[in-house]
Amino acid sequence: MSRIHQTFAAVLLTLLASGVALADPADLAGANSFPERDGQHLYTSICQGCHMSNAKGATGAGTYPSLANNPRLASATYPISMVLYGQKDMPGLGGFLDDAQVAAVVNYVQTHFGNNDGGKVTADDVKALRQPNYQYFTLD
Amino acid sequence: MGDIRSSSISRRELLAMIGRTTSAAVMYQAMSSLGYAAESDFQGPVSLEGAPKGTSVLVLGAGLAGMTAALELRKAGYKVQVLEYRDRAGGRSWSLRGGDTYTELGGLTQHCDFEKGLYINPGPWRIPYHHRGLLHYCKLLGVRLEAFVELNANAYLHNSKAFGGKPQRFRHVMSDFNGYVSELLAKATDQNKLDQVVAKDERDILLEALRRWGALDDKYAYTSATASSMRGYDKDRGGGPDGAPTPSTPISRADILNSRLWQHLSFPLTYEFSQTLFQPVGGMDMIAQGFAREVASLIQFNAKVTDISQSDSGVTVTYVDARHGGQARQAKADWCVCTVPLSILSQIRNNFSSTLQAAINAVPYAPAIKAGLQFKRRFWEEDEAIYGGISYTDLPIGQVSYPSTDYQKPGKGVILGAYMFGVSAVEFTSLSPSERLQRVLEYGTQLHPQMSREFDNGISVAWHRVPWTLGCYGMWKDDTRQQYYKDLCAIDGHTVLAGEHCSYVNAWQEGAILSSLSAIERLHQRVVAGR
Repeated sequence: MSRIHQTFAAVLLTLLASGVALADPADLAGANSFPERDGQHLYTSICQGCHMSNAKGATGAGTYPSLANNPRLASATYPISMVLYGQKDMPGLGGFLDDAQVAAVVNYVQTHFGNNDGGKVTADDVKALRQPNYQYFTLD
Repeated sequence: MGDIRSSSISRRELLAMIGRTTSAAVMYQAMSSLGYAAESDFQGPVSLEGAPKGTSVLVLGAGLAGMTAALELRKAGYKVQVLEYRDRAGGRSWSLRGGDTYTELGGLTQHCDFEKGLYINPGPWRIPYHHRGLLHYCKLLGVRLEAFVELNANAYLHNSKAFGGKPQRFRHVMSDFNGYVSELLAKATDQNKLDQVVAKDERDILLEALRRWGALDDKYAYTSATASSMRGYDKDRGGGPDGAPTPSTPISRADILNSRLWQHLSFPLTYEFSQTLFQPVGGMDMIAQGFAREVASLIQFNAKVTDISQSDSGVTVTYVDARHGGQARQAKADWCVCTVPLSILSQIRNNFSSTLQAAINAVPYAPAIKAGLQFKRRFWEEDEAIYGGISYTDLPIGQVSYPSTDYQKPGKGVILGAYMFGVSAVEFTSLSPSERLQRVLEYGTQLHPQMSREFDNGISVAWHRVPWTLGCYGMWKDDTRQQYYKDLCAIDGHTVLAGEHCSYVNAWQEGAILSSLSAIERLHQRVVAGR
């Protein structure tokens, strides 16, 4: 293949790729994963948006539930599933967080805001709860 | 009627003839087959005939879906009542102006200090020409429209990691990308390297097309000698003895490709964002106000729905005063059109079927953020000749959009300083409004250094903190659409849902209107069949 052929092919591939990328506005702006690694920063960067800085949630026409003093968070399965898959209004974030990040934020919530049961979740625990071939939401 | 193609009658004459003699539906079908109206699912004005006298419908939510239903059902003879959580109509069709205050979930209040006449649309802000349902109601309700500039060749494309972080003009990236692609393709064609795929008779046409499309010279090269007709001049053409232009020099091919700024080029050419787009003169909520002029008397404001209970004969909805709580009240009707966003509806006690409940619970809501910034002067016009349109950046703010109105007006101006989705939107939702604005300005200054100097005031809306939606719009993916969508739209007992979430035009006002028209038509058929 001559050089010009190779370049031409590369340009064509680029063109094709651009068509795909542009179908997805999220690709155009910002990152596609959260950079934070430790539980506190993950909480303040993500969860706090709805559950608020004191984890007590908020109420308007509907309610963001309180995570403070919440006995349902003590089991590992419930909060891990919630972060991975979401529930109702809440989008699952399993497509944006790796196993270690999910474990970190679950451990943080389990040991703060008046919760003191748990905090021993590992990345392997998260991995075990990931459904094979699950299609996560893309957040747009 | 004869064969349209062999007839000498014009399409317009033919349509007029069909229109005089047949129904709207036939007219629409005829228009479609002649190539008009084919883009939209809008079937023309809805016609609900033969409503049984005294039949009542309770509409939940006074956004565009709810008010469309209220308007049309009342016209058809139904007894209509609307319950709305807020103290105003319009839902996400919303504008913030000077004097408005907005309190987000968490309790932080922002005061909008924009000058009179300036505004931001935190939700929908543009109307594609093919959103015929919405355009129909704009016309019906006397909502004045003006052009919304989507593609501005003089706006910027910005990659903080390319060109030393310096924003590039859209027209430069577009001209140079088209020029180099055309050059490569033309040279390969000219050197007979595509003979196996390009037939001889196409070859010369292709070369001619590429030369024009890419502004190539006689040897199929993209150089400064010909490029300026596309990308503009370093010194523009003038008058008098010194009027000769200085051509501009294209950016190198490698830099154009490596910058990846080409990824923005086709966006304003995609179906939803290609011209002509519109905006209502004075703010998107002019549409809401237009609807409200017609149906406000039907709306009970400040009504927070707490329970929806169906029986064999009708629907009973319990609600409380959204501001003060207190005594629960009830509204009863034969039928219910529920346009409450699923983010809220999934939390309202109800006795819907389990299939409908499962569908309601399967739709999470998207994060999104907009920030409106007022500046002391319209520096984007005065300094940079940017009139309307959008600059795109890889920074978290995503884009900066300039007003498509009041060009060259002296004094202050408002721009959209951020429109964020995905990860960035989630992270910025977690910030306080003042932190949000500060960061938006910091990032914006990388595109427009004037921002820090000229900033006056601003306001931001993070949709997950909007008390009456808890999110921006319902998100679907292939598997949930397959599993739940039809159940969500189906009439359930005496209730039918509507709203953008019950459409394939998600997050658009057109989706709200088309879903509402579909819902009330199906409901009406059910009512008429059951009388």
